[in-house]
Amino acid sequence: MGGDAVNAADTVLAVAQALLWPLAAPLLVGWVRKAKAMLQNRRGASVLQPARNLGKLFAKETRVAHTASPLFRVTPYIVFTATWLAAAAVPLLSTHLYTAALADVIVVAGLLGLARFFLALAGMDVGTAFGGMGASREMMVSGMAEPALLMAVFTLAMSAHSTNLSSVVDHQLTGGTLLPSMLFALGSLILVAVAETGRIPIDNPTTHLELTMIHEAMVLEYSGRHLALLEWAAQIRLLLYGTLIANVFFPWGIATTAHPAAWGIALAALAGKLLVLGAALAVGETVLAKKRLFQAPAFLSLAFLFALIGLISHVILEQGL
Amino acid sequence: MSVQLLHSLVLVLAALALFAAFAVLGQARLLAAIHAFAWQGALVAAVTLTVAVAESAPELYFSAVLTFSLKALLIPWMLHRLVRRLGLSRHLDRPQHPMLATVFAVGMVMFAYWLVLPLVQSSLAFTRNIVAISLAVVLIGLLTLVVRRQAVAQVLGFMAMENGLFLAAVSATHGMPLVVELGVAFDVLIAAVLFGVFFFQLRESIDSLDVDRLDRLNEAREDQP
Repeated sequence: MGGDAVNAADTVLAVAQALLWPLAAPLLVGWVRKAKAMLQNRRGASVLQPARNLGKLFAKETRVAHTASPLFRVTPYIVFTATWLAAAAVPLLSTHLYTAALADVIVVAGLLGLARFFLALAGMDVGTAFGGMGASREMMVSGMAEPALLMAVFTLAMSAHSTNLSSVVDHQLTGGTLLPSMLFALGSLILVAVAETGRIPIDNPTTHLELTMIHEAMVLEYSGRHLALLEWAAQIRLLLYGTLIANVFFPWGIATTAHPAAWGIALAALAGKLLVLGAALAVGETVLAKKRLFQAPAFLSLAFLFALIGLISHVILEQGL
Repeated sequence: MSVQLLHSLVLVLAALALFAAFAVLGQARLLAAIHAFAWQGALVAAVTLTVAVAESAPELYFSAVLTFSLKALLIPWMLHRLVRRLGLSRHLDRPQHPMLATVFAVGMVMFAYWLVLPLVQSSLAFTRNIVAISLAVVLIGLLTLVVRRQAVAQVLGFMAMENGLFLAAVSATHGMPLVVELGVAFDVLIAAVLFGVFFFQLRESIDSLDVDRLDRLNEAREDQP
């Protein structure tokens, strides 16, 4: 009976953690926009504005181009579900839920890849020039970002002897020394996160300028609730990468027990870490200019080099430590 | 500071020095490459300083100061001034295949590791793992000499090799004898001065610092009747 009670409490907590993702994601985007506006001497919209935008889009009529196939209609649902599922596998507040067994980082990369695959297909589906262009650009960027991501993940996995994110976070909590491989993996993961979430040196999330847009070009034909789901998925992806960086490299504060106080501390710690990360992103986007598309390979090969040096320095430098 | 923290600090600094070697190899802008070289010098000096603190070896303080003032300040400043006087501040010298060069450099690191493995297993010093890194820095410096066509960049590769040798000396045996160290330091300094003269000579005779032009000049002479 006691076991059942624990399981019930665990289930509630697991569901709560999963539900927190879509609720917190628009807030993070709102905070980044607010911080960016403040850096530009503007007052900026409220932090709740992205959430209000989503509400507005859900209320609007959904129009579909008459050349669109059924694939175009199902893609927003697939993208949203896959991204949410990937996010729910990442430990947000606690590492000791029984869903932690699913939290394999290769699964996360695979689910994000699935979402991107369908998004690119849908971009090409309607047959407009911009959709196809955006899809091919997205594939170019992600084709180079994914090896770097996996290489950084392998560096972590070699230190923690597991690709399970909860084990990695636990390992980081217990073995907290300064290691060169972690430093390089962090650098690589930051560069990959910037590229994968379509932030400034690679893609500009606020522009609809046809020569430069990547993500916006793919979703150009969407409207109403379809567009809302896709934007929501993009926001969850930003939160996912932010949480990945925050919890894997700076895991202090994450709950390791099911105690309510631990969860409160974890929530406060996570909010603090994400506030700092969001502000850092806003500063980065303010001081950097968008790179030309053909300079993206140089940016991503730097990410790959970081990950590779991290892996090598783990093998060479950290044996016998 | 605890010894454990000092040990991991040495490892981080050495890994960053390795990254600086990659930056010297791949950086297209000459000034940025010089800055990367200066950072490498500062990192090697920091490794020396940390080893000096961790092992309480006072003679290493002197070599740390020497390395920092020469490799991180004086020689980069001289090269900087040369580049500005030659009017090359905006000059781009891209390696022909930057990605290939990088991949090759990673191969060099692995080769260095394989080479040093027996040495590492027999050594007890906590810096033993850095020997492979320093050998890799030497090999990447050599690769920079081969891949780069611009004379200033080749000099950077040469100086980076010297950085690697110094790092090897610090990590394998806690520094060379002071006489040897001073001799090498002043040799490098004289080399930097001579390279400056050589740059001007080179530019006067072939009107460029692109070393590839040297054999083209030979061919031109052969073509003459």
